[in-house]
Order: sequence, then C-alpha cells, then structure tokens
Amino acid sequence: MTETSLSIDRPFLQQEVEQFFYREADLLDERRYDEWLTLLDEDIRYWMPLARNVRRDNRAQEYSREGEDVAWFDEGIQTLRQRVAQINTGIHWVEEPASRVSHMITNVRLIDTPDDPTVGAHEVKTRCRFIVYQNRLEGEVAWFVGKRVDILRQTAEGWKVRRREIYLDQTVLLGKALTVFF
Amino acid sequence: MRQPSLQSLVDTENGTVSREVYVNEEVFQQELQQIFTRAWLFVGHESMVPNNDDYFVSRMGTDSVILTRDRQGEIQVLLNSCKHRGMRLCRYDHGNNRTFTCPYHGWSYSTDGRLVEQAGELVGVPGFKTHYFSELDKKEWGLKAVAKLVNYKGTIWATWDENAPSFEDYLGDMKLYLDSALDHRDGRPGGSEMIGGVQKWRIPCNWKTAAENFNADLYHDISHRSVDIVGIGPGGKGRRDPTPNRVSISFKDLGHGLVGRAPYHEENPYSPLYSNYPEVEQYYHQVYDDREKRMGNKMRVLHSVGTIFPNMALHGRQPRTIAVFHPISATETEMWRIYLVDKDAPKAVKEAARAYYLRYSGPGGMTESDDMENWVYATESSTGTVARSQNYNYQMGKGHAQPVPGLKGAVTTGEFTEENNRNYYVRWSQFMEGKSWAELMPAGTH
Repeated sequence: MTETSLSIDRPFLQQEVEQFFYREADLLDERRYDEWLTLLDEDIRYWMPLARNVRRDNRAQEYSREGEDVAWFDEGIQTLRQRVAQINTGIHWVEEPASRVSHMITNVRLIDTPDDPTVGAHEVKTRCRFIVYQNRLEGEVAWFVGKRVDILRQTAEGWKVRRREIYLDQTVLLGKALTVFF
Repeated sequence: MRQPSLQSLVDTENGTVSREVYVNEEVFQQELQQIFTRAWLFVGHESMVPNNDDYFVSRMGTDSVILTRDRQGEIQVLLNSCKHRGMRLCRYDHGNNRTFTCPYHGWSYSTDGRLVEQAGELVGVPGFKTHYFSELDKKEWGLKAVAKLVNYKGTIWATWDENAPSFEDYLGDMKLYLDSALDHRDGRPGGSEMIGGVQKWRIPCNWKTAAENFNADLYHDISHRSVDIVGIGPGGKGRRDPTPNRVSISFKDLGHGLVGRAPYHEENPYSPLYSNYPEVEQYYHQVYDDREKRMGNKMRVLHSVGTIFPNMALHGRQPRTIAVFHPISATETEMWRIYLVDKDAPKAVKEAARAYYLRYSGPGGMTESDDMENWVYATESSTGTVARSQNYNYQMGKGHAQPVPGLKGAVTTGEFTEENNRNYYVRWSQFMEGKSWAELMPAGTH
C-alpha cells in the first residue's frame, strides 16, 4: 500500500463522508449489524458520556470524563461485537421483538484539524447531529438527539470509524434502555 | 381509582400480593407518606462532595434534596425547595457554593457555620427592612433539614423521622453485607470510592419491581441467558464469576435481603478473576492474600446482590455497585446507578472494573437492559382491568425457612426462594399501616 493510494481526495470528501454515514444508518436501521461492524476500525473508541446540569462557568464538568468517569458507553470493538452477538441470540428480550429504529444524520461538517493530536494521517475528523427514533412493541417510543464527533480512518477497504464521541442532549436518560447503536 | 384496603393487599398466609401494590396511585401516595418520610434512605456517597462547599442534588422519595459538605466539612442534607414559594432552589446537578439563592424572589440560604447556627438558615431576604419591616423571623424560615443523617463508610443515609432508630439498628445484621460491599477488597473497613458520575434513567415501572429484583430473585436468571451466552464476565465466561456456596438470606423482620454466603470462617482458595489482564489479576491475588492475613479465622460473609428496605440495592462483587429506585409515580421510577472501586487500587484495576461495570449495568448494560424490559412490561400488563384482579405469586419455598446461624433474625430456605420478597412485603405492610418504631423494631432484630 503506497502513500498515494490512501491520500484523501479533498474535493469529494464531504460527499464521501456523508454517504458513509448514510450507509451506516441504513445498515443499522435494516438491522444488518454484522455488516455495520465491518465499518468500525479495530481500534475504535466508542464513547457516550453522561451530561450534567452545571453552572455556565463550569462547562468543563458538563460531560463526564473519558476514560475516568461513568459514561453511557465507553468501549472498544470487542464489546460492540458482543452487543451484536447478544442481539443475534434472539433472546435478548429488550430487543426481542426487534425495535423499529431510524437514524437521521444531519449538519455534517469536516473539521480541518491539522494540529489536532487525536487525528492521524489518512484520517478525517467530522461533526454532525443525530436524531434516532426508536419504537418498540406498540406505544414505547424513545428519541435520542445530540451531537457526534467522529474520526474516520481511510483504509484499503474504505473508510472506518476509528473514534466516535456521542453527546446525548439528556442528563436523565428518558428511555428505559440504550440498545440502539449511534 | 380503587380504594384497596391495605390488609387485603399482601396475603402472607397464601404468599400472594395484589397487583394494586404496583399500579395504584392511591397506594403510591400512601407509600410516599408512610415509607419515604420515615425509613432510612440512601442519599449519596461522600465522593460526590469531596471538598467543603461541594454539593450534589439527590432525591428522597419524590423530594429533591441538596447533599452538601459545609464549610466546616460536615455533611448536610437539605430540602431543595425555597421556603418562600417552593421554587427548586438549586437546579444544577452538582457544584460548589455555600449560599443558595432562589432565582424566584431572591431568598438566600447559607451552609456556612461561621454565619449561621443551622446549615440552610435563611440569611438574605430582599427588602427585609423596607418590605418586611424587619419582622420576618429568618430563623424560622431556614431550609428543612433531614432529622437524622449518617455517613456510613462513605455512603450517606438520612431519614425525615426524628424518632427513627439508629441506622445500624435499622440495618440489623444486614450491616455485615453492606460492609462486604463497601470494605476494601483486602478486608480493611471502608476504603471504597465511587467512580465519578451517576447514571440516571426513567423507566415506566413501579419502584418495588426494581427493589425486589435484587432481593434474591435468582429465579429470574433465565432473563439473562443471552448475556451469559455472549460471556461478558471478568473471567471471560458468563456474566459474572460464581459466588461459592451462595444462598438467599432474608432479615425477616427488617425487610432487607440478599444473595450471598452465610457467615463462615475459612476462605475458599483463591481463584483467578482477570486472567487476561496480568496487572489486574495480580492485584486481586494480592488483596486476597492481605485479606486472609487480616481476617485469620474470624467470621466473614460474602455477598453478590441485596436490597436494603425500601429502595436501595447493593452489589458487593461483580459488578460492585449501588442502585437506587426513586419513586416518581405508581408506574414510573428513576433509576440511579453508582459504581464502586477500591480507593487506592492501581489505575489499571479501576479501569478494568469500570469497563466491566458499564458493559454489565445501567441502561446500556448488556445484563441490566433485559431487566428493564421485564420490569416495564410486568408493570404495563398489570394495569389491565382484569389483570389487576390477579395476584402475584410469591409462594416459592414458603414454610421452609430456617434460621441462619451467626445472623440475628435471618432466615434462608436455600438458594432459590421467594422468602426474601415475602418478608419484604410484610415489612412494606407494616410501614403502610403506620406502625410505631417500637412495633417496627422488635427485640432480636438488631
């Protein structure tokens, strides 16, 4: 693999990233979780902190700290694979019968981060909004709305998610469980 | 709304409980009065307020309370509602200050012992001279404080009832099992801390459905078959390592109960817990050896899960956590989860524990999420008109209770039983009938 084959083609990048996110959303909403897992990098960090009500001048404490505090999720590829395996057992009752889920991804921006130490070569950092609607059985509905910061890595097999920060706009989770992927 | 008579709700003779207990708003309102204004309630952990003037907003029943460490370092628990017109005084989840000023009309309250005699005293009233003609008795209009408060090995408990017994009497010998959750893994008393942050989530189920789940309901193991197949446990198999010689133990007259080991004097040989993580494995082996040295052949217990009446659950081993079931309505509960680690454990040990806790517990936990489905749809399907007339069955092991040597007032019928929850609902009935503390705390329980 040469440097050139992995160079990021800037003019089409925005569209490429958006299409990647939409493809992910389709795989998740069509419950093709095993295929979705192939879009995740082996080194993925999948992190969804808790949000708290804090004073305006104390914003640093609004979200729980990565790698230190409690979170809704703070995990890597192994646990994500286990989550999919659990759904696939057919007896993970909180997803059986299956929920109806729709992911809407909007406000996608590429963040130019030449000095950001978290972003490596052949990687792109992005910001977007998500709206995830979940319906179970008859009347059970959960809305998950928030911001996502992703780092995508360019590989020989295409883009992969190397890092996903999920900022849910809720302090008390207003849903009984978190069984959707973001 | 039906008006059920309390006597008919819990049938100890038959081991059944009316579904009204889980869905009826009238019953719920009585619970708030009879149970949540009297019982000792878990409010928080001292790790939430490490420094003077730190505060953390918690709940007691349906009331919001401010847990704070005042300027003198004393823990205080105050009702989070302005005495003037009821505004929620503090709308932050946590922070640091010693003056709480109401955003509505500006009354302010202080916890600084240099300025006030009682934490929460009213210190600032806009227009005190001009509008009130200096006639308002500020001493009388301070924030309501809990009647009793205790910091037990870092956990903060409180009651609104000044006649309540001491916390230790209230616990009875359940204290040994609370100790086994809070004590350092090497056997030192205390020594645990909470990982930063509390998971909070709302679920449409009755709060007792959650509470009884941890009161030795091993029978629901089958719900967790999917996670057992996947294997998320620290040992790589199942969802947790087995607790040796576990039995269900009920503190019959106090309503508390657990799954764990009856008192014993000799430890099982060490078995590796985190084989895939050498540093973590080494730690657990080390603390096992230290504990052995410290304990010698002294009596000890071991505990996996349990419930302290009314609405707190503790998990002593894997995961090591505290759960609180805050009542919101008859059919809604706010769940809280707090995670514990040894305070002085190496970072890698804390990190392995945190990762395990998060994949196990809470709304995103691969084990706990399936509980949510059960509790929510058990509540929902119990609201049907005909369904409400059908009692729940708690008959497992009825009439087979035996005393547990070494524990005051404790009984067991073995591993799988509903003895614990039968006794939980007897306790519930006693509170609901408004029994006096003398009746609630008979001799031999503590």
